[in-house]
Amino acid sequence: MSPLFEVQNLNKSFGGLAVTNNVSLSLAAGDRLALIGPNGAGKTTFVNLVTGNLLPSSGTVRLAGQEVTRRNAMERVRLGLVRSFQVTRLFYEMTPEEHVALAVLQREGKSGRMVGRYQAMPQVMDEVRDILHLLGLLELSHLKVREIAYGQQRLLEIALALALRPKVLLLDEPAAGVPQSETARIEQALDKLPPELAVLMIEHDMDLVFRFAKRVIVLAAGTVIFDGSPQDVTQDARVREAYLGSYANVGSAA
Amino acid sequence: MAASMNQTLAAGAPASRNIVGSLAGIATIIVIGIIGYYLFPNNLALLTRIIAIALLVLSIDLVTGYCGVATLGHAALFGAGAYAAGIASAHYGASDPLLMTLIGALAGAVAGLISGLIILRAHGLPQLVLSIAVIHLFHEAANKASSWTGGSDGLSGIAPTALLGLFEFDLWGRTAYIYGLALLLIVFVLLQLLVRSPFGMLARGVREDPLRISAMGASVQSVLLRMYVISGVVAGIGGALTAISTQVVGLDSLSFTLSAESLVMLVLGGTGSLYGALVGTVAFMWFEDVVSAANPFHWLTMVGALLIAVVLFAPRGLYGTAAALVQRVKGGRA
Ligand SMILES: Nc1ncnc2c1ncn2[C@@H]1O[C@H](COP(=O)(O)OP(=O)(O)OP(=O)(O)O)[C@@H](O)[C@H]1O
Ligand SMILES: [Mg+2]
Repeated sequence: MSPLFEVQNLNKSFGGLAVTNNVSLSLAAGDRLALIGPNGAGKTTFVNLVTGNLLPSSGTVRLAGQEVTRRNAMERVRLGLVRSFQVTRLFYEMTPEEHVALAVLQREGKSGRMVGRYQAMPQVMDEVRDILHLLGLLELSHLKVREIAYGQQRLLEIALALALRPKVLLLDEPAAGVPQSETARIEQALDKLPPELAVLMIEHDMDLVFRFAKRVIVLAAGTVIFDGSPQDVTQDARVREAYLGSYANVGSAA
Repeated sequence: MAASMNQTLAAGAPASRNIVGSLAGIATIIVIGIIGYYLFPNNLALLTRIIAIALLVLSIDLVTGYCGVATLGHAALFGAGAYAAGIASAHYGASDPLLMTLIGALAGAVAGLISGLIILRAHGLPQLVLSIAVIHLFHEAANKASSWTGGSDGLSGIAPTALLGLFEFDLWGRTAYIYGLALLLIVFVLLQLLVRSPFGMLARGVREDPLRISAMGASVQSVLLRMYVISGVVAGIGGALTAISTQVVGLDSLSFTLSAESLVMLVLGGTGSLYGALVGTVAFMWFEDVVSAANPFHWLTMVGALLIAVVLFAPRGLYGTAAALVQRVKGGRA
């Protein structure tokens, strides 16, 4: 049986600089994988490549047995490959409720309806409330997103992804920019992700990585330099070198 | 228990407020329409013109205000409706006003589809340039096809029959005005439904962050193109109304000037709200009429001064700024 999500020999360079270097990895249902690496290692670029936001120079991306390398971003989403953004991308004039409703409607193929309102669709509303409740955002559901704190916007990013009911979820630094006091909320949200969902999380906070991931991949200068268990990653000489070599202070900054 | 009470209240309140709000809006349009009718009985032609242009400005609001597409070529959709309705009557004897309106709406939709396909290939400044190119192409096409359009002499020979077989289009323009008002009301109500529908929400999402929309699995291009076609229907109805009420169609209805002026009206009233489009049109055209009568030499200067004042001191437009003020006063009391 082929894995749920499989990337083979992915390559990308920007003007001669190889940002993704022969990267391969695969995920099965229920996996919890952390993708780490120093700043500029190419982690976000990797997500952009596999989701169809960027075109790779070579390599293949497979989702549920189907090759999607040339499919556009929205088709991949419809096939169950969903991402979150490192820097929050939300609709600042809309409410959290509208965000999640839009995602649910989109998933159900109802987002093109030109009459009627989602508030009058009980099934949609039930699901919207459930998701907002799960992420502790119910209280804020009628505020505009620009009025809510950044930590809560990060949670809404996750809520949006969940509302699309992905099979594979790529989280790009879900806790980035969230004050230390609020990371617990994010972690709770991660704990409550559906167990069968395959999750790849990019994260600098090693404590979070250790608690979340069963497996860690380290990317440095676009190349996979480690693939193994969280226990082994700190002992690995190449990993230490990569972090020390490029960003000596990454441990304390993260 | 308390939490679920709050939820129902929170979910129920905006819905009922919306309904009250839209009924109040419709009532306002009707009242202003009636006041206009009795206050300016000799000026109904101008009022009808305002209604036709208001339809054009609403149509621009759909793509610019709701979807964030910059366009200086939107009169193409309006002019297509005007010419199609006019040609149907002048050349084919299809002179029933309802039929002419329908033909105008269809032609507007087709023009919307064509301009959308061209304009949506680019973003930002190149998009604006494409929209200007589109309006010039439409203008030239109408100019060259003079056996159909009358070229620079304009299309004449349009003779709409009685509305519903009952109401002749009289010399004072009463029938045309009332017909225009009815069209505006119908369009306005339908657009209110549209902008609050899931599709309307999707469009607002496209305006704010297209990349996020595609990350949700929706096609930005398809949203924009559908909105362009709807926008074409609205502008086309406005164009048909002009053809019916003035019984001539000139190249000015397909002009860059009209495109630019109507965008200005939208900005004046406030983008992204249907009321803003109406307020902007009425304010601009009324101001233009008053000032050009009072001082035919400097009226453009004054219109320019008004615009600068609005953009500097009320950047959200007349309606947008007023609505924000009301909100703040309400918020302060609550
Ligand atoms: N569109 C682009 N054009 C040119 N260079 C780019 C582009 N996007 C990213 N890069 C470069 O590619 C490299 C990898 O960037 P990327 O954002 O993938 O790193 P990252 O691992 O996500 O880093 P961080 O931890 O800071 O988020 C960087 O050197 C970056 O400057
Ligand atoms: Mg990154």
